[in-house]
Amino acid sequence: MSRLFTGLQIALLAVTLTAGANAAVPPLLPAVATVHIKDFKYRPPALTVHVGDRVTFVNDDDEAHTVTATDKSFDSEGLDTTGTWQHVFTKPGTYHYFCELHPYMKGTIVVLPAAPAE
Amino acid sequence: MKRDDFLKHVAWTGTGIAWSLSSSGLFDAQRALAAGSGISFVQISDSHIGFAHPENPDVAGTFQQTIDAINAMPVQPAFVVHTGDVTHLSKPAQFDTAKQILGTLKAPLVVLPGEHDVIGTPGSFFAAFGQSNAPKGWSSWDQGGVHFLSLVNVFNFEIDGKLGPEQLDFVEKDLAAQKSSTPIVVFAHVPLYALFPPWGWTTEDGSRVLAALRRFNAVTVLNGHIHQIVQHTDGNIRFATAASTAYPQPAPGTADKPGPLQVPQSRLLSVLGYRSVEIARNTAAITDHSLHK
Repeated sequence: MSRLFTGLQIALLAVTLTAGANAAVPPLLPAVATVHIKDFKYRPPALTVHVGDRVTFVNDDDEAHTVTATDKSFDSEGLDTTGTWQHVFTKPGTYHYFCELHPYMKGTIVVLPAAPAE
Repeated sequence: MKRDDFLKHVAWTGTGIAWSLSSSGLFDAQRALAAGSGISFVQISDSHIGFAHPENPDVAGTFQQTIDAINAMPVQPAFVVHTGDVTHLSKPAQFDTAKQILGTLKAPLVVLPGEHDVIGTPGSFFAAFGQSNAPKGWSSWDQGGVHFLSLVNVFNFEIDGKLGPEQLDFVEKDLAAQKSSTPIVVFAHVPLYALFPPWGWTTEDGSRVLAALRRFNAVTVLNGHIHQIVQHTDGNIRFATAASTAYPQPAPGTADKPGPLQVPQSRLLSVLGYRSVEIARNTAAITDHSLHK
């Protein structure tokens, strides 16, 4: 199931590449959902998205955290206080993730096949 | 002795540990050291290089102050052990800064990783501080009549802060070859006993190590991770967690969650510091030194 880049996505890609060359912190791209990390919890702890969707993770805690898939298919590495990280899910499935620094923190992302065209 | 220093001295007897707390005087361990037996070393911990928040905006500065204080000790320790969380986020630049500061130490250095040093991969930690006698991170050695074990309880952290079966086998074999009368000192980042499990301040499979340590007359287990001094005794095993050189954390259960604790700037140096340890046959003196002058 291939999806062509839309004009918006190409524009965003260009923005990302430009920013990547000039700034340490890439700009946040539009995401379908945001998971906040607060009080040692992922909020919401379970989230459902579609293939191709981008999810933003924001660390609102005083402590550093990570967003690490148990199957290692994605890993934010260290997210400091106020740090953000984005991930685009490209394969359907159920992804369990945890914090490498506090392994009792756990979350789940369910990725459904791509949403039908609007 | 500085105002904030305190010294706890223990002697192991046939039935357990006898404690004494004093601010002055000569102790068995110090006498033994003067007589040429025993060993003295220093523990530092949780320098969190790269942390830059109001709880301590200059962790590199307080870390360097710690190293300077150790370098100024009249009798240099046999070695300095850093019990982990050298860096805050395992970034190459943070390891570089830490190496630079630790490079100013006069005494030999032993470093074991904390979970903050192996985020993503342990590769950066090993590149910076790996030792040839510890290809997998853990090791043991004999020095000054004491048998030392340096353990890693952060590699299998995704399963719950574990040592893992391979390391447990190593520990059991290693200890089986030691005499019960030999003083044992164990280093690990996370406390090896259930200090406060709700905050993850425990090692899930640590009980196998503790079981292997029970037959020894005198065991000292030194950890970091919780950024505060907590002492605990279990039979002939004496536990002590160390202060951080970066920032304190709340006492167990006194806050909703662990994490950096904000104290008034004027008090910060009083809760940061290092620890000197003197061990001779069946006696040990632990002295915690704050950075406050």
